[in-house]
Amino acid sequence: MTEVVATNETILVVGGGISGLTAAIEAAETGKQVVLVEKRPYLGGRVTQLYKYFPKLCFPTCGLEINQRRARQNPNITVLTLAEVTDISGDKGNYKATVRISPRYVNDNCTACGDCAKAVEAEFDDEYNYGLSRRKGAYLPYRMAQPSRYVLDPRIIGTPDADKAKAACKVDAIDLDMQPQDLSFPCGAVIWATGWQPYDAARIQPYGYDRFPNVITSVEFERMADPNGPYAGRIVRPSDGREAKKVAFIQCAGSRDRNHLLHCSRICCMASLKQATYVSDAYKDAADVTVYYIDLRAIDRFEDFYNKVRAIPQVKYVKSKPASIVADKDGNPVVHGVDTEGYNRYAERFDLVVLAIGMEPAVPKDGFPVPIVVNREGFIEAAPENGGIFAAGGASDALDVNRAVQHATGAALRAIQVVNSVRGMEV
Amino acid sequence: MGDLNQAMIEKYRTNFLKEVEANVEEGEWVKMCMQCGVCSGSCPLGKFWDHPPQELFMMIRAGKRDEVLSSDSMWMCTSCYNCVVRCPRELPITHIMHGLAHYAKRLGLVPESQPTAAFAQMFWDNLMQKGRVNELKLGLKLYFMNGFGDGIKVALKHQKIGMGMLKTGRMSPMEAFGGHAVKDLKGFQSMIKKAQELEDQRIAEHGA
Repeated sequence: MTEVVATNETILVVGGGISGLTAAIEAAETGKQVVLVEKRPYLGGRVTQLYKYFPKLCFPTCGLEINQRRARQNPNITVLTLAEVTDISGDKGNYKATVRISPRYVNDNCTACGDCAKAVEAEFDDEYNYGLSRRKGAYLPYRMAQPSRYVLDPRIIGTPDADKAKAACKVDAIDLDMQPQDLSFPCGAVIWATGWQPYDAARIQPYGYDRFPNVITSVEFERMADPNGPYAGRIVRPSDGREAKKVAFIQCAGSRDRNHLLHCSRICCMASLKQATYVSDAYKDAADVTVYYIDLRAIDRFEDFYNKVRAIPQVKYVKSKPASIVADKDGNPVVHGVDTEGYNRYAERFDLVVLAIGMEPAVPKDGFPVPIVVNREGFIEAAPENGGIFAAGGASDALDVNRAVQHATGAALRAIQVVNSVRGMEV
Repeated sequence: MGDLNQAMIEKYRTNFLKEVEANVEEGEWVKMCMQCGVCSGSCPLGKFWDHPPQELFMMIRAGKRDEVLSSDSMWMCTSCYNCVVRCPRELPITHIMHGLAHYAKRLGLVPESQPTAAFAQMFWDNLMQKGRVNELKLGLKLYFMNGFGDGIKVALKHQKIGMGMLKTGRMSPMEAFGGHAVKDLKGFQSMIKKAQELEDQRIAEHGA
């Protein structure tokens, strides 16, 4: 059984993505006690699913590894994975949190050897790859997962696969009798860092994401480009696996649209420019990329990156939000619209269309455990009414990793001020 | 009408957008357009427009008064509402198109022999006579809109539909002689007269 030792000087961090991880580490490194609650079986959140960062085109694994180590080595942090906050009650400086931990069915004897995965036959859509590939019913969520322990999918429990997994384990790490566990503990402040999720592309009806296999989202394309991803880093068409050299990027897929997300998601322009380099790197002169945009938003220092990508001759820009995508008889997506520079009607055939999908806040609007101020876009406002609950990163606004980390550090400081005042009251 | 046009030119000399906002139905939405182009790309008749809606909005902002008001474009709108449901800013584009057409009509700037405008006038005149549309007369007039020979051709083409309608009692040949009116034709006419007065008054206030 997992146990948590906490007081009302403890800071609860909800969400173990880059924002929550940062907030937890920053607070813990000042000596505060932190409980970090993560829904997934591992830390790192959506950053783990990125291939490269913009604007430096470096690999997220690098910084992530440093943060994972900082978290692991700090005795002030208690990490709960597969855990969700089900209730928070009380007031600033004196909350009581309830957390439900789902069973992993694997204890900390696990050496991540992978024998259980070999033994199990059942396969499921791999959520780490946004369903672009399959994984076993016993699995390591991804190769750098922390904690580095396998997970049994609850869908195999009670089937012969579960017994096979247990029989295959040489270190007695599999415990099929694990039960969900509810934990309650006090905390003085809460950092809400539940991040974002990609907007449901199928709801943008004219783009046919649900109808055409060669129309994918930017988050899926990121997995595709990753050499460790479902396509081993090859830029291809999901329909037939052929090379996708002629690629369209459609900006504002869901964002800045009163029918979908009200806000500008801020990251998508840069993400598409970054992803355009994946195509031009892969196919050099044979690459043929078109970015369809309303306006390209390269804020402050990103202007340099924009100019750099702008100089790639294989990348074209069309000022237009496409009206619709249809598939021709060979299954090629054809993008239709009218451009704004000359009002020319176009119908352009592509191998692959990537929708620069918007960021939808992962904040439960109606089911939030305590009263909280949520703005019309669905993000948590920095409001005094929120008491000792502070949003960090993507739960507060559409932010890139850099700004999310800055924001999370700020949230940590606010939480530290609350628990310091608790101590002040006690003295 | 020419006077009204002159008065409006004087009043809004430097700002056609303001003129549209004040005088065109739903015209206050024009400034909300962010020039994404989804409306133009979504229009099923778009390729027949000289200036798609997105371009019209930009032309309004650019003060291209003559080009916009004497344009054929807004008359091409068939009210399919594809643009309205897709517009990311929720502009009532269909209504703005009809508003622009109506305003151009009021100012006497509709292009000669614009068929939609001609049909609209035909429909209105027909309706005013008896308070209801005389479909037989309207249909015949429409057939012969482009001359006698053309009219015969169109009529022959639709002969089968016409005969079917006659047989099932959906159309009476007697309608060609006068046709029947609404119950209270006088009341209908005075209602229209009052509406016209109110409209004239509204225009006079804006136009002054």
